[in-house]
This record gives sequence, C-alpha cells and structure tokens, in this order.
Amino acid sequence: MTMVWLWTDFLLWLLLMVFIFGWRSIRRSPQSQKQWRKIFQSKIAMAAVVVLSTYFSLALLDSVHFKINPQQTLQQGPVASYINPYLQDWVDPQLHGKTLSLLDLFSQHLILSTERTYSAPFALQEYSSSIVYTENGVEQQFKPLQYAGQHLDNPDEIFKDVIIKSIYALVLSFFITLAIWVVHGYFRIKAYIFRDITVKIEPLPWNSFYLALLTVIFVLTWLFYLSHYYHVLGTDKVGQDVLYQSIKAIRTGVMIGLLTTLVMLPLALILGISAGYFKGWIDDIIQYLYTTLNSIPGVLLIAAAVLVMQSILNTHSDWFGSTEERADMRLLFLILILGITSWTGLCRLLRAETLKISQVEYVAAAKAFGLGGFSIIRRHIMPNLMHLVLIALVLDFSGLVLAEAVLSYVGVGVDPTTPSWGNMINQARLEMAREPMVWWSLASAFGFMFILVLAANLFSDRVQWVLDPRAH
Amino acid sequence: MFAYIVRRVLYAVPILIGVNFITFALFFMVNTPDDMARAQLGAKQTTPEMIAAWKQERGYDKPLFINLEAEGIAQITDTLFTQESIKLFKFDFGQSDAGRQISADIYERMWPSLAIALPTFILGLFTAISVALLVVLFRGTVLDTATMMLAVTIMSISGLFYIIAGQVLFSKLWHWVPISGYQPGVEGIKFLILPILIGVFAGLGTGIRWYRSIFLEEMNKDYIRTARAKGLDEIKVLFRHVLRNGMLPILTGVVVVIPTLFMGSLIMESFFGIPGLGSYTIDAINAQDFGIVKAMVFIGSVLYILGLVLTDISYTIFDPRVKLS
Repeated sequence: MTMVWLWTDFLLWLLLMVFIFGWRSIRRSPQSQKQWRKIFQSKIAMAAVVVLSTYFSLALLDSVHFKINPQQTLQQGPVASYINPYLQDWVDPQLHGKTLSLLDLFSQHLILSTERTYSAPFALQEYSSSIVYTENGVEQQFKPLQYAGQHLDNPDEIFKDVIIKSIYALVLSFFITLAIWVVHGYFRIKAYIFRDITVKIEPLPWNSFYLALLTVIFVLTWLFYLSHYYHVLGTDKVGQDVLYQSIKAIRTGVMIGLLTTLVMLPLALILGISAGYFKGWIDDIIQYLYTTLNSIPGVLLIAAAVLVMQSILNTHSDWFGSTEERADMRLLFLILILGITSWTGLCRLLRAETLKISQVEYVAAAKAFGLGGFSIIRRHIMPNLMHLVLIALVLDFSGLVLAEAVLSYVGVGVDPTTPSWGNMINQARLEMAREPMVWWSLASAFGFMFILVLAANLFSDRVQWVLDPRAH
Repeated sequence: MFAYIVRRVLYAVPILIGVNFITFALFFMVNTPDDMARAQLGAKQTTPEMIAAWKQERGYDKPLFINLEAEGIAQITDTLFTQESIKLFKFDFGQSDAGRQISADIYERMWPSLAIALPTFILGLFTAISVALLVVLFRGTVLDTATMMLAVTIMSISGLFYIIAGQVLFSKLWHWVPISGYQPGVEGIKFLILPILIGVFAGLGTGIRWYRSIFLEEMNKDYIRTARAKGLDEIKVLFRHVLRNGMLPILTGVVVVIPTLFMGSLIMESFFGIPGLGSYTIDAINAQDFGIVKAMVFIGSVLYILGLVLTDISYTIFDPRVKLS
C-alpha cells in the first residue's frame, strides 16, 4: 500500500484540525458556548447539521487516497506492508495499482459494475434497443443488463424484492441509530449527574436530531444495500453508475465550499483589520485594492484566470506525474481563484466594524495603558469580529457550491475528469435532446446538490439569527 | 453637483488602471506572448522565427513595462503595457481570433442582451418587492412562514435546474414556446418569454428575503410607531412610509446593477441561443479567445464603476439628507 497525498486532501484535513481546535476554544468560553447552544436549539438547525456532517464525512472519506501494490515491495514502511496483504484480498484485483480513496473501498462494486450504456434507475435492461442477429434474422432487442438484478429468477419479482430489501435496510438503520442513542444517552446521563445545578441549561432538541440521523442512516444503508443488486440511480452514456458519480462529486462540492473560505479568510481578516485599525495610507491602499478587484465581474475574472492557467498547464504537461495530480492541481487553483475574488466583501465589512470598535472606550483605555497595536487587535478587536466572520463563512458556502456547477458548465470549473455535479450536468445536458429523455443523471446531480445547499442555507439562517444582532 | 461628478469620474481612473493592470498581468505576464504564439501556431513545429513573426504581427514584440532601447518618455510609452492600455481606454479592442472587429461585435450583440436582461430585471424587482410587502403585511402568520420556506427552497436550487426544467416543460413537452433562438423585433417575443420568466423566478428567493428584511428593519423604527399611534392603518403605513423609506437601501442595490445589465447572462444566453454578450463571452471562453475575454473584463469593470457613481447621484435625488461634498 502506498499513500497518495493530493494537495486538496491535505488542506481538507488541515481544515478539520482547525474546526476541532475552534470547537475546543468554544467549549472553554462560556459566552460562545451559550451562543452555540442557542444555534442548536432550533430543530431545523439540528437536522441541517446532521445532513451537513454527513456530506462532510463522505468528503473526508473520499480524501484519503492510496494505491494497492500488486506485489510487496521492500521500500514500504512496516505498517503499510502489514496492511497491504489484507487490502489486496479485500480490493478487487482489477483495482490494484489504481489510486483509490477510502470511499472507493466501500463502493468497489459500483466502480466495477459498468454496463454498456444508459439504463434507467432500477432497470433490468438497457435503455435503448440494439440490433441483435438471431436465427430469425435481424431484430431490435433491449439487451439485459450485465450487473443489475442478477439475483432475480424472474424480472417480475423486482418490486417485491426492492420492498423486502428496503425493510431490511430500515430495520438495520433503526438498530444503528438505537446504538448511537444508547451510547450518547450514557454520556448525557453522566453529564446530567455531574452538572453544575446552579446553571440552568435549555435542553437541545435531541428528538429532531435523532429523527434526522435515522433518516440519513436509512437513506445511506438503503442506497448501499440496494446498490449491490441494482443501479439505483441508473447508468450514464458509458454505463457508469450514476449513484457512484453523485457521491464522488460530494468531495468536489465540499472542497470548493470549505477550502475557498480557508483561502479568503486570512486575506479578508488581515487586510480588513489593518485598514480599519491603522487607517491613513494603509487604509487607502487596501481600499483601492478591493475596489479594483471588486469592479471586475467575478465570473469573468475567474474565467480569465482559469483560461490562463489552462494554457500554462497545457504547455507544462511535464509538471505532473499523473492525471489525478493534474486534476487536483486544477481544483486547487480554482479554489485559490475563487478565494481571491471573494474576500473583498468580508474585508469591507471587517474594515467598517474595526473602525467602529477602535472608537469604543475600552480600546481607548487599552491604548492609554500602553498596550501595543497587535495585542489590542488580538484581545479586543478580533473577538468582536468573530461573529461577522462566522456569518460570512456560512453564508458563502452554499453560493460557492452552486457556483461550481455553473463554472463547470461554462468550461472554467474543475477538470472534466474530476467527478463533480457541474460536470455531470454538463454531460447530461445533451441527453435532454434524446427521445425519450435521459433524466436521471441530471436529477441526481441536482438532487444531491439541492440537499447540501438547502441544509447549508437553513443552518446559515440560524447562525445569522443568533449571532447577528441586527437580524431580529 | 457637476464638480462632484467630475471628481468621482476622475477617482475611477486609478481603479480602471488597476483593473487594466490585473488583466495585463494575467494575459501577458502569467501567460507570456511566447506561450500565446506557441498555442496559436500549434505546439510541434514552431521555430523561434515563427514566434517572433507572430508577435510582431500582433504588436506583442515590445518589452512589458520598460523599453530600455527607447529614448526619454518613450521608455514608458513604447511598451506593451502602455500600448495595450491606451487601446483599451480608447475602447479599441482590436480583432478577435476569428478576425472580426471586437468593438463592432459588442455593439451588435448588446441589444439582444438588453432585450432579455432589462425585462427580467424590472419584472424581478417588481415581483420581489410586491411579495415582500405582502409578507411584511402578514408577518408572523402562516403565510409569512410558508413564503420564507419557499424562498429558501428557491434559493437552494441551482439556476441551471430552472433553465433545464423550463425548457423541458414549456418547450419540449407542451410546445408553448420554441426551445431556443432569437429574432429581433416584435416577432422575437416568443423566444424571450421563457428566459425572462425563468430569470425572474430564479432570482425571486433571494429578492424576497432581501426586501423583506429591509422593510422589517424600517418597520421597527420610531416614526412608524408614531404613525401607527396616530391611528394610521397598516396598509397606509406600509405604502406611505415603509415603502418610501425602504427605497433608499433598495436603490443602492439596484443602481449598481443597471449598467451591467447589457453584459447579459452567460448561462441564460448560451442555453437559449440568444446572440448577446453573455453567449459571446462564453463562446470566447470555450474558444480560448483572450482578446474578447479581455475586452469584456474591461467593459464590465467600467460599467460597475459607472454604477457606483450613479448610485451616489441617485442618493441625492431620493434622499435630501444626503449632501454631496
């Protein structure tokens, strides 16, 4: 086994570390802990978080890449050479030597069950008829699918079979949720016994949490279980499973939504605070910078930058070892460009707020005590800006996910080989003209995207409601 | 007033130079003229002579910023950067790769873009403000909650979905309007209806929420309470006071957009086959025609800055408290 580290993988895990660190610091401050509890006191926010963390976990699972070596080599470390034989047995031999992610381990059957061409969801035969030579001469026939419904003796049993399997999945997901509930309940009871009884704590809507969790687990188990027997969301033109593509696209969507904020945040914070705090010529320069960047239409700037980058990558094709690395570089570059074009709004907001805060008495007092500029920024200004930063981050996320689809459609998004909802839509667009229409690729790309964006929008509404004093 | 406008326009000059520098850096420094020549001539059999000839033909053979061979002021003016900038500021965009005059193309294609963008914008504004007023009138009721849920849902669906679904339903299944195409004049309305309606609907979610929050903020102010205390009924409060005073923040958002309308929408125009500036740009992007993209970036920023100046001017007209100085 050889680990393959892509740049975006590394950054996503780094971001997770930042999250964990941020969560720990929230737990230490009673003030922000109270605010977060308030955010989660909404049933909708609770459910949205469950959905968002599912997407995020799938993206994380898809961000650990490795290759399985067909033969043991001596250069491997002890751990890798220990794991390799197990993986070799577990992973289908056809996938040895290919770059896989942890998510691919669980969906090998979807990678391998490639049909010849289009097939509808739950279909047992191909979508279009093909010409077959039989003893009666030439005939138009719908050929049966190679991988779907092979376990059925009779094609008519499909309805019954799906119902039975769905019930299995429901029962199983019920037990999984129950197990999580019991473990969680144990910790809650422990926390309840040892709590500080002088502090009154509003209960969180755990019922909605578990309802959402049960739904998510059920959908996942159902999809996973049935995908072994059918193409649940059909197959595309070259016979690839649409469910697999939609799930692989989650990583790209989450990457663009999250990592872009990681890129723009330091820029916006440093420049916004410096402009607001130091004023004078620094302020002038920074204002000039963001007005200039802002006055270029966003899509055009992104398009221009991506075009230039594309022509550079084309002339220097020797920079990258594999197509994955190249596609990953392009994704990273897109994220950088999106970050550079989107920091201006937050920067302007932070500048205005810093200007306001630096007029307040306690900052004047701190100055009078002889505190340096950087300590004032760190202790007094930064904490008072955090709510703005947070609101901007959650608000931007859904817009970025939607933007990815549009950019990929325009041809300046992610690499055509990277699985993404935009690429799926772009490819499926031409199928609209077919008669009868092939709708499932489009529908599942839009569906997966819609659920993510809706959850993000609902959550950001709640965050804004709690943290933004003007929202009431 | 006149002096103010002049000053604002002068203030725009350094910003335009900055924009120009960014596009220049992107198109000539990151992607050097040598790279462009190689890409244009084909990768394999390009000799240094061919590249030099291509560059000379385009005027790309000058140094980027400082021409050491020239004398005096020409050290700065006889460079690629200055030459390109002067051309842009004269709105002389040169020729596209297809050999057509870009300025002429832009003039020709702005009308179809306007034909789509202007009605979409006006209808969208009108619908969103009306719904927002209605929701504010019935705030706190089921209607309010339901509309806001609907607005979030509309916002969360990709714009591409509305276009595709609209085309499938109205054109392909029901044959109400043609799928795509364009025709100038009254005859062309049948081509415009669907893109306009889709454009209005897709923007409705964000619009309603935005205007509702503006009106609600206005609702909480003291003078509204006074008006109510005087016994003014709710509808009069809404239309006489809230709507009028809410116009100011609405204006800020609206005026900036007006000049950029003629840039058209990349996605809408390319889906509906409308020969406007949006589809012009998207075709240029796909054909990697840098000249057109550069021209559109410049025009876009000029229009944006124009929008900012117009916003300031419109403030003075609508709000007597704001004085320009």
